[in-house]
Amino acid sequence: MKTAGLISTSDLCLFHNVEINFVEMLQEADLIKVTIVNKNTFIPNTELQKLEKFINLHQLGINVEGLEAISHLLDRFEKTQEDLRHLKNKLRLYEGE
Amino acid sequence: MAFIDYYKTLGVSKTATDKDIKNAYRKLARKYHPDLNPDNAEAHKKFQELNEANEVLSDPEKRTKYDKYGENWQHGEAYEQQARQQQGRQGGYGGAGGFGNFTDSESFGGGDFSDFFKSMFGGGGSRQTKYRGQDFNSELHLTLLDIAETHKRTLTINGKNIRITIPAGIENGQTIKIAGHGGAGVNNGPAGDLYIKFSIADDARFKRDGINLYATVKLDLYTAVLGGEITAETLTGKVKVKVKAETQNGTKVKLKGKGMPVYKKANEFGDLFLTYDIQIPANLTEKQKQLFEELSKS
Repeated sequence: MKTAGLISTSDLCLFHNVEINFVEMLQEADLIKVTIVNKNTFIPNTELQKLEKFINLHQLGINVEGLEAISHLLDRFEKTQEDLRHLKNKLRLYEGE
Repeated sequence: MAFIDYYKTLGVSKTATDKDIKNAYRKLARKYHPDLNPDNAEAHKKFQELNEANEVLSDPEKRTKYDKYGENWQHGEAYEQQARQQQGRQGGYGGAGGFGNFTDSESFGGGDFSDFFKSMFGGGGSRQTKYRGQDFNSELHLTLLDIAETHKRTLTINGKNIRITIPAGIENGQTIKIAGHGGAGVNNGPAGDLYIKFSIADDARFKRDGINLYATVKLDLYTAVLGGEITAETLTGKVKVKVKAETQNGTKVKLKGKGMPVYKKANEFGDLFLTYDIQIPANLTEKQKQLFEELSKS
């Protein structure tokens, strides 16, 4: 199987100075997706930004449970912001009358 | 260039231990981290200030220099140079030659250091720590017509030309991220991102609600009563619309597929809703008045 578009988890952990266990815990919590090729774990390119965000926050002393809660809240925040934008645009429609 | 009290920034005393500083930084960074404060420019700025304070106070050499010269930091280099020259004359060794060799790896993000920092410590942060560049925010003002079709546009952001694709149907207030087009990273750190917020101006002819457009069309009384055909404006051109006889004032008609393009869905469009505003004829001739009178009696 090809590994194009995949980054070795061990290389990435070495680069960011984090335990591989941390990535495994993120995966178990469904916070990131990993791919296994020939018994080696890889991170898809598309997950990299998300993973690096979690690593940054983890380095501030936030554990995986905390990251899980943050992730849910950020998703809700994003959705609320989108709703707010829609409603503001709708309000503009009536205010202009 | 104003003096920056890094201790105050982190909320610690001048006698704070390394652990106190680390804890204070972590606590505040958790509060102001950009990932936890999306679209909050104030938090981003605060986070940069925290990083800068941490960069100095968590490094023994930098902290010593900062503590030593304090508000007279501007003369710090001159003092150092003088001291080195004196040591040289006395046959001693030449010193470390500056304060740039730092190894802190705890702080991250926000490579935009203050002039104060650069003046005191040179460059933008330690030589070994990589910092992601600053995120840039920009607002692009467009009209409804501008977003009727996907097109490319060249923007000049901080002196650099960036060619972006503006997707048809983008919403007012929507933000897109252009990865890697923010400020340059420090010490080979990744560049920041560029966030472009779209501001779509109100249109004199159409009101927009999501993918649908609304317009009011004036309709003369005779066409409303007898029926006929009118030419109506759409966002991208004119179309002929049949009017049923005995159309009432305020009647709405739907022109399917003549609304806004659906965002990121090719060949899908919303609808255009026309509301008829029937115009009562004015300045009637005597004959017209008579005819109306006859009508009213019939």
